[in-house]
Amino acid sequence: MNGLPEKLLTIFSWLALSALAAALVFLLGFLWMRGLPTLGPELLFGHTPPLDALLFRQQVFDGLFPAVCGTLLLVLLSMLLALPLGIPAGIYMAEYAGGRLRRLFNLFFDILAGIPSIVIGLAGLSLTIFLHRVFPGRVAPSLLVSGLALAMLVLPYLIRTTQTALEQVDPLLRATAPALGASRLQNILRVLLPSALPDITGGIILATARCAEDTAVIMLTGAVASAGLPGSLLDRYEALPFTIYTISAQYGSPEELAVGFGAAVLLLFLCMGLLLAALGVQRRLSVLLLYR
Amino acid sequence: MRRRQPAGRPARGLEYLFPAAAAAGGLFTLAILAFLLVFGFPLLVDGRLAGLLLSPWEPDRGLFGIYPMALASLLLALSALVIGVPLSLGTSCVISTLAGPGLRRFLMHGVRLMAAIPTVVYSFAALFLLVPLMRRLLGAGSGLGLLTAAPVLALLVSPTMIIFFTNSFNRVERQVLLAADALGATGPQKLLFVILPAAWPGILNGMLLGFGRAMGDTMVSLMLAGNSPVVPGSVVDPARTLTAHIALVMAADFDSMEFRSVFVCGLVLYAMTGLLMLCFRLVAALGRRTRHERPA
Repeated sequence: MNGLPEKLLTIFSWLALSALAAALVFLLGFLWMRGLPTLGPELLFGHTPPLDALLFRQQVFDGLFPAVCGTLLLVLLSMLLALPLGIPAGIYMAEYAGGRLRRLFNLFFDILAGIPSIVIGLAGLSLTIFLHRVFPGRVAPSLLVSGLALAMLVLPYLIRTTQTALEQVDPLLRATAPALGASRLQNILRVLLPSALPDITGGIILATARCAEDTAVIMLTGAVASAGLPGSLLDRYEALPFTIYTISAQYGSPEELAVGFGAAVLLLFLCMGLLLAALGVQRRLSVLLLYR
Repeated sequence: MRRRQPAGRPARGLEYLFPAAAAAGGLFTLAILAFLLVFGFPLLVDGRLAGLLLSPWEPDRGLFGIYPMALASLLLALSALVIGVPLSLGTSCVISTLAGPGLRRFLMHGVRLMAAIPTVVYSFAALFLLVPLMRRLLGAGSGLGLLTAAPVLALLVSPTMIIFFTNSFNRVERQVLLAADALGATGPQKLLFVILPAAWPGILNGMLLGFGRAMGDTMVSLMLAGNSPVVPGSVVDPARTLTAHIALVMAADFDSMEFRSVFVCGLVLYAMTGLLMLCFRLVAALGRRTRHERPA
């Protein structure tokens, strides 16, 4: 039998859920209503012929094409920098580290995961200033610096997903190859990594989404409002989240604001798509989302 | 006896790479701290840390204190938790116990989707939906302020807390739940008398995580809180958080004291992260101990 406290708890819980869902539906519905009509080739390419823009024959000045390209380049670069460090470090944490050293690394990675992204951006900026003093005139905030800082941002996620994915491998499977005479490394490379691959891949996709959506890091390390396409790694660049921020701060016309709504819907689609892909690939949800 | 097989040269190289990569990751954590210390050093020596933390921000008078920003960050994060924690707790109760299996799966996916929404998208939508609403409700001002930013921030940190709460509810020992079932307990009764009391370390730690995430977020406060660097007089006043301060003071002169103060903000946020992590571990350890001490 349910008394008054039980009834109150039930009512409160369902109310809380409804309030949260309603707030979400309102915000996203509003974005959808304003953003959806703007979606189309003009949103990306403005008045430039799409084919010319795609073949880089003509600069796009009034569309999101440079921002989308910038975000893709940035994500690619930071994952290229983070993966060769994150996966091996995760393997070390799961298979080799022990005792006091393991506890120390655990603490370090937990802190790294918890550092606010703007502080990571600040560290990237100070690295630039430092390098600028050592090599005057050569280093400035750029795509490369942002890539480095974003790699630092997602490194702890990559380490943690690799680590948990490996630790969750079935103990029976884990013991099989060594029993047949395989070395520890052979066991890792031939048995453990392949069987943990779906979960690791899911983690990598989620880390990609984190790189694509982060605004605080890139606003300190090289993203600008209108740079066009970056010519090299040492150029400044445009990125989708930063474009959304600048348009919200200084839009001059309703058309410009509409581009902002279009960009927001585009970024939302990108992150949702990546999340759904990760959910499709992963067998069990990693701890990753907790840290975001 | 365990015998190690001789490994080839490239393979042995790999076994050196693993710890090297982990060490590099650990070094990043220290390098970030080192950069903040080195660049903030002139101001730290000049103003003394306590003075910086407690004095106002008046660059014209040579005062570069970050007290207003630290206070605004704290106020905003706490008010986001005041809104977000009850909502998340209620939602977690529904997901873990009250909902049927079908709805439960649907809601879990919904929460994950919610966690994937970019911060800047939340802030952008709220800027054009919530801010005009607040302006009309208050009848004065720009509509930007702590009270505008807090609910959006609550929405932002809720999925983190919901996932953590739900996980800790699901970790409550199965035997205890079965015993409650055998005594004929209903869902809400199990929640009230078994799950919620047993899951207190998880609830506390979920709140710590949510707090850290609320303190560390930049875009919501930057776009919605109004950014005026004074001590807010009330909850509807505009205020500037530590994170927004870092984003805003991008002076061209890298040697100016204004610019140095940004690194002090960074240090405060870094110290907060470390402190929260220690609290998190302490609570988790206490939780484990009470679990073991409870008579079986």
